Amino acid sequence: MPTEELLLPETTVTASCGAECAIETYEEVYRKPATLVDVNMHYCPGCAHSLIHKLIMEVVEDMDIQEKTIGIAPVGCSVFAYDYMDIDMQEAAHGRAAAVATGVKRLMPDKYVFTYQGDGDLAAIGIGETIHAVNRGENILIVFVNNAVYGMTSGQMAPTTLNGMKTTTSPNGRSAELTGLPIKVAELMAQLGGAYFVTRQTISSPNAVRRTKKALLQAFQYQTLKKGTCFIEILSNCPSNWKMTPIESMKFIDEEMAKTFPLGDIKVPVTINTKTEGGIQ
Amino acid sequence: MEAKLMKGNEALAEAAIQAGCDAYFGYPITPQSEVLEYLAVEMPKHNRIVMQAESEVASINMVYGAAGAGFRAMTSSSSPGISLMAEGISYLAGAELPCLLVNVNRAGPGLGTIQPGQGDYFQATKGGGHGDYRMIVLAPASVQEMADHVFLGFDLADKYCNPVMILSDGAIGQMMEKVVFQPYIHNKVDKPWATVGKPASRNRNFITSLHIRPEDMEVQNQKLLDKYNLMRKQEVRYEEFQTEDAEYLFVAYGLSSRICQKAVDLAREKGIKVGLFRPISLFPFPYQRLEVLASQVKLMLSVELNTGQMVEDVQLAVKGKVPVEFYGRLGGMIPTPEEVLLHLEKLMQ
Repeated sequence: MPTEELLLPETTVTASCGAECAIETYEEVYRKPATLVDVNMHYCPGCAHSLIHKLIMEVVEDMDIQEKTIGIAPVGCSVFAYDYMDIDMQEAAHGRAAAVATGVKRLMPDKYVFTYQGDGDLAAIGIGETIHAVNRGENILIVFVNNAVYGMTSGQMAPTTLNGMKTTTSPNGRSAELTGLPIKVAELMAQLGGAYFVTRQTISSPNAVRRTKKALLQAFQYQTLKKGTCFIEILSNCPSNWKMTPIESMKFIDEEMAKTFPLGDIKVPVTINTKTEGGIQ
Repeated sequence: MEAKLMKGNEALAEAAIQAGCDAYFGYPITPQSEVLEYLAVEMPKHNRIVMQAESEVASINMVYGAAGAGFRAMTSSSSPGISLMAEGISYLAGAELPCLLVNVNRAGPGLGTIQPGQGDYFQATKGGGHGDYRMIVLAPASVQEMADHVFLGFDLADKYCNPVMILSDGAIGQMMEKVVFQPYIHNKVDKPWATVGKPASRNRNFITSLHIRPEDMEVQNQKLLDKYNLMRKQEVRYEEFQTEDAEYLFVAYGLSSRICQKAVDLAREKGIKVGLFRPISLFPFPYQRLEVLASQVKLMLSVELNTGQMVEDVQLAVKGKVPVEFYGRLGGMIPTPEEVLLHLEKLMQ
């Protein structure tokens, strides 16, 4: 996280009541990235979409690539991502973000292009577009926010809903017999030849957030190599539809979701170590 | 200019290259696969993008991405594929993105047949996708027009920031005829709205069709309506054949108009004063000119390769001033000029 010391001169201002007030100077230890629009977000209290938005925009700021970055927003809770991310963006039809991103990136191969999609958008209606974009090795980053539920439409079962998990459309708990088991999307993507970097991260703790940001940074940097698709699945929460407090929801990620969706890198770039004559690092 | 002998689909594809099309995204489907095949060979020679997508759903959304980034993008398909694109077309219209779409119409419904049809008239002109949108629809009746309409279509798309559709059919797409490519100058339109990356000097651009507040949505709908009304005023195109003294009038577009033109010749040999009115723009439809002709002729016969679709627009145009009849062949069957004339003669009695 960027920190810099603000060296404001000590000064005084006149308040509206006429009183002179001194302005104290602080060392800046935290601020929102300038690439994030300074408005209130519509997300529910405790929802991690805002955090993940911020992480991506921090990376854009850190890499100084605001002028070269185009994002694709999905249909779902993050449909308004373009209201918050201060970059050029396109709003895709439900599930079609990877195809839209393909159109953008093929025409502008030197720009940074990413999609931001939820589990209903990517893993249900958009799984076809996603698989083919990754298989072609489109040089884009796909950020897949998996909270195991359709958030915006208020809590229906998703392809990633955990086995036995209750949702409004699986009121007795998801039944593997009737609806299959949750799709492990990151593992699925890692099977495809065009996938360059596939990882599953979460935001359930400060350490996890730092790892997620590191993965995002790596993925953006990899885009310049033009070696294939980067796919980052982020296990996230949905306190409103899970009917949990934000803290409970973070515990649920660690204690339940991560059992079905193991965290960590699934496919990492293979680099040739020239010093050891072709050995694999 | 040198005339070339080309298939309709290939002439259309060649015109796309000459029109400066930056990217083509498509999916194979009969009877238009030649477009993708031709461009797969030719586009790379011009450093342009050509991609075979995994579906028509994907290809129309790739067009959306490319058009949103400010590039000249197109796709083509045939009827079942256009149904799959309907969602994307609605989004393109809603987000006001210029692009060229081509439907080489085959007979349906469902999987139907690969033979020519005109059953997609309603889908093309009344909005095949959801919501309340229109797009300019051009109906070529020759291989020459398959090429000409590409240049025109791209220019109109840029002019109105709207998708333009070329509604052809399996016969026009597959037939070989002479075609002359007139020199074309691509007057590039400024696209300050394109998502090419946000410099510090401007606010971010975003391409969207989402206006969640009804107050905002209505403003956008009104803006679209104003645009569609401007198209209705400025972009009506049609052609007339022997209408000056006509007492009877064929109304037909595309392949049907070619058949009717022969039927006019046959009728004239018999001394029957028949003319042909050929809408070139199906949206906007030439209602006003047809209304004028209604005060001149005794009867209009709409000839279509469907169960009667354009005939409803002809009826709307003439406002009951003159009888409007319909003759159609279905399922990919094509009427002969003699057959069409015979039907007219029956109606004349």
